[in-house]
Amino acid sequence: MSGLSGIWVYLAASPLTWLGVTLVAFVLAMRIGAFLGNSPLANSVLVSAALIIPALLVTRTPYQIYFEGAQFVHFLLGPATVSLAVPLYRNRDAVKRSRLPIVVALIAGALTAIGSALAIAALFGAPPDVLASIAPKSVSAPIAMELANGIGGIPSLAAVLVILTGITGAVIVTPLMNALGITDYRARGFAVGLAAHGIGTARALQVSDVAGAFSGIAMALNGAFTAALIVGVMQLL
Amino acid sequence: MAVNADHPLRPADWVTGFAVLILCQLAGEAMVQLLRIVSPGFVFPGPVAGMLLLVLILNRFAERARSTIAVANGLLGILALLFVPSAVGIMQHWAVIQAWGLPLLLAVIGSTVLTLLVTVYAFIVTDRWVERRRR
Repeated sequence: MSGLSGIWVYLAASPLTWLGVTLVAFVLAMRIGAFLGNSPLANSVLVSAALIIPALLVTRTPYQIYFEGAQFVHFLLGPATVSLAVPLYRNRDAVKRSRLPIVVALIAGALTAIGSALAIAALFGAPPDVLASIAPKSVSAPIAMELANGIGGIPSLAAVLVILTGITGAVIVTPLMNALGITDYRARGFAVGLAAHGIGTARALQVSDVAGAFSGIAMALNGAFTAALIVGVMQLL
Repeated sequence: MAVNADHPLRPADWVTGFAVLILCQLAGEAMVQLLRIVSPGFVFPGPVAGMLLLVLILNRFAERARSTIAVANGLLGILALLFVPSAVGIMQHWAVIQAWGLPLLLAVIGSTVLTLLVTVYAFIVTDRWVERRRR
């Protein structure tokens, strides 16, 4: 028995184990999604996390050990973000033609994202450090963490809220837009990229190439605009 | 644009394509760091700067970027997978989630729905206005 548990001690600490678990969980999540007719509720990020977290809790594996394996997947986020240039280039004519709607939707959306999150959280009496952590929730995690840090928030809480926002947007966008009868995939993509950054963009790419391109540009623009806005307001105060 | 079936990518092409993506990201990170020397408060993601750089490259050399486009399409196809490690990170924050869970969840869901609505209608209304003026 001690031989077997020795093997487990070795495996549980090996990055290979948790990299493998991450890949297998994602494949399972895709299968579950396909089985449920690609329902947006069976979001692959959400289902994967729901499979992996209990496994880590049961085996008493700390997140840091898990991440030593999972970091190899996480690292690809950088080159994947660069890759968004391809759908953007492919749909460059549509993007150029939509310049004005893009600017107006960016300003309106970014202000709503920050303002409404602050307003709802403040309504429940959230303290200032929690408010500062939720303000940048619609931009991608590295920017949100840096912004939260700059305005007295908690960077790791900001990262959690960013992920929750991304999953929420990716799950809600398709049923919401369908219910409203909105068929303009430029507008749908732009909205989900602005509200739900990369996780929303991953969903948009599954739905349509046009939506993916506009989601990518919305994510990029909102990251820059929200950063400029929060840094600018901070310098005024 | 699409990978031509008559000329499948050679093994080295995948490496070339991946190298272009990595080098664009590296150049983007370097540009952001340079700008931060001038203005320390400047916040901008390096990978997004790399994305803008790649758009410029594709504008000029699209016909020679077949391998880059193929690798980029491959990565974008599994974009959701790349967010799984961060999503699992939620497990580190049970304490905050227990203390502020419901208000935070309501703020996240409410604000996300509002943001989607405002953004999509701002886009559509402006687009219709532009189209009417063009005619």
